[in-house]
Amino acid sequence: MTDPRTAGDTEAKLEAPPWHRRLVEGLGDLRETLRRNPTMLFGLVVLAIMAASAFAAPWLGLPDPMRQNPIGRLQGPSAEAWFGTDMYGRDLFSRVLHGGQISIVVGLSVAFLATVMGLAIGLVSGFNRRLDAVVMRLMDALMSIPSILLAIALVALWGSSVRNVILALTIPEVPRVVRLVRSVVLMLRDQLFVQAAIASGTSTPRILVRHIMPNTIPPLIVQATYICAQAVIFEAYLSFVGAGTPPEVPSWGNIMAEGRTFFFRNFGMILYPGVFLAITVFAINTFGDGLRDSLDPRMQRRV
Amino acid sequence: MLAYVARRLLATIPIMAMVAVFVFLLLHMSPGDPAVIIAGDFATPAQIEEIREQLGLNDPLHVQFGNWLVNLMQGDLGQSIYSGLPVSRLILQRVEPTLMLTLCTLLISISVAIPLGVLAAWRVGTWVDRAVMTVAVIGFSVPTFVLGYALILGGSVWLGWFPVQGYTSIFTSFGGFLRHITLPALALGLVYMALIARMTRATMLEVLNEDYVRTAFAKGLSPRKVLVKHALKNAMVPISTTIGLGVALLIGGVVVTETVFAIPGLGRLTVDAVLRTDYPVIQGVILVFSFTYVLLNLLVDLSYVLFDPRIRY
Repeated sequence: MTDPRTAGDTEAKLEAPPWHRRLVEGLGDLRETLRRNPTMLFGLVVLAIMAASAFAAPWLGLPDPMRQNPIGRLQGPSAEAWFGTDMYGRDLFSRVLHGGQISIVVGLSVAFLATVMGLAIGLVSGFNRRLDAVVMRLMDALMSIPSILLAIALVALWGSSVRNVILALTIPEVPRVVRLVRSVVLMLRDQLFVQAAIASGTSTPRILVRHIMPNTIPPLIVQATYICAQAVIFEAYLSFVGAGTPPEVPSWGNIMAEGRTFFFRNFGMILYPGVFLAITVFAINTFGDGLRDSLDPRMQRRV
Repeated sequence: MLAYVARRLLATIPIMAMVAVFVFLLLHMSPGDPAVIIAGDFATPAQIEEIREQLGLNDPLHVQFGNWLVNLMQGDLGQSIYSGLPVSRLILQRVEPTLMLTLCTLLISISVAIPLGVLAAWRVGTWVDRAVMTVAVIGFSVPTFVLGYALILGGSVWLGWFPVQGYTSIFTSFGGFLRHITLPALALGLVYMALIARMTRATMLEVLNEDYVRTAFAKGLSPRKVLVKHALKNAMVPISTTIGLGVALLIGGVVVTETVFAIPGLGRLTVDAVLRTDYPVIQGVILVFSFTYVLLNLLVDLSYVLFDPRIRY
C-alpha cells in the first residue's frame, strides 16, 4: 500500500528542483569550492577589486579623466596626481581607473559572445555529419589566420569603436570554442543515454539542449575565462597599434599607445596601465585555473 | 613517407584556398563602400572613383575574385594604395628582420622553456616547480609591448648594454645584429616560453608516471638520462604540437614588438598599413603569415616521426 502523500513526495523528488533552489545550491557549491581552492578565491577577489575600482571610478571624487591641464604636463607621481600626468596634463590615476571599464567590458563581451556562438555552431555541427565536414573546414581556415592579425584587419576595415573591437576579437575565438563543443558532442553522441533519447523519439533540438548541452558547460566556462583574459590583452594590442577603441576613450591600450611617444619622459603612461592590465589578466587566469581544477578533477594535472 | 608528405601537402591546399577567400572577402565584408573607406574622410568623388577603378571594384564579384586569385598564383599581391609599389616587393623587403626575430625568439624560448618544464615536472610540488609556474603565469599576463618597454628601460637606458631601438642586418654586422635582437627576442619570447614550459611540465608529469620511467630509474640510470632520453623523448609529440600552434602568438607579438623596438619588419609594415588603411598590404601580410603558419604546422606534424618511431606515414 502506498501512502498518497509519500508517493507525491517521491514524485516531487524526481522532478528537477526549481531554478532558484538550484542556484542556491550552486552558490553553496561555489562557496565550498572557493574554500578548498584558495588561489581561485584570490583570483576572484583581485578581479572583483579591479572591476569595482573601474566602475566606481566616476564616484571616487577623482579629477575628470578628460580634463586637460597644459601647465602640468608629463609630471611624475605626486600627492595630487598619484600616477603623474600625461601629455595633456590629464590625471593618469583617474584615467587608468576609468580605463579598466573598457577592458573589462571588452573581455566579458568577447568571452560571452564567442562562447555562445561557438556553442550553437558546435552543437549543430557535431550532430549533423554532413554539415560537420563543411563547418569544420571553414573553422580550420579561420584558425589558420593568426587571431591578432585578423582582428587588426577587421577593425582597420570596420573603423574603430568599442563594438567593432568586441566583434573583431570574437570572430577569431569562435573556431576554438566550436572545436571544444564538437569534441564533447562527438564523445556523447554514441553514449547510451543519448541513444535512448533518440530511440524514444526525442526531437533533435531537445536532445541537443537537454542532454548534450549541459555536459559542454563546465569545459566551456573554463574556456571562457581564458578567452576573457586573452581578449583583455588583445584589446590593448589593438589600441596600441592604432586599430582599437577610438583614441578619445581612456582605455588601457590607448593610454599606453599615447605613452609610446613620451616613453623617455614619462614611463608611467605605459607602466601603470600595463601593471593594472597584467594584474587583471593574472587574476582572470588564476580564477580560470582554479575553476578548471574544481570542475574537472581529471584535468588537474594538465597544463 | 613521401606519399604521406605529398598527401598532407595536398590537404593544405583547400585550407589555403579558403584562407584566400576569407582574405579576399574581408574587403567586401565591410559596411559600405571599400573605396570610400580606403580613400579616407577627405577624398573627392574623383579620387574614390580612381581607387574603385584601381581595385577593380566595378567588376562583378566573381570576376574580381578570379583576377585576384590568378594574380596571387603568380605572386602578385596587388599594389600598395599608399606608395603604389607592388605589395610582394614591400613584403620581400621586410621579410629578413621578421624572420630573424622569429627564429631567434624560437631558439631562445625553446631552449629555455623545455629544460624549465622538465625541471618543474621532475621536482613537482617543490619551490622550483612553483617558481617556474609563477613565472609562466606572469608571462601569460604581461602584454608583450609593456615588457618590451621595460626591457628597453632596464637593458638600454639604465644598464646601457643594448642599443635602444633599431635593427642591424645579420649580413652587415653579426655583433650589431646580436645586440639589436636580444631584447626584442626576450620580450616577444616570454609568453611563448610560458606556453611551452607549461605544456612540457604537464606532459612530463604524465610520462613520469609510466612504468618504463620507474624501471629506468630503478636500474640506476642517471636522472638526466631518464629525463631526457626516456621521458622527454616520449613527451615531445604534444610539446612540438604546442610549439607549432604557439607560433600564432609569436606572429601577433611580432606586430607590437617591431613597433616598440622600431624594427623595419613585416609587423611594422602591418601597423603602417593599418594607419593608412592600405588594404592590399594588409591582405598581403595576412596571407603570407597565414600560409607560413599552415606550412609550419605541417612540418611539425611530419616531425613526429623523429620522436616516436611507432608513427609511420
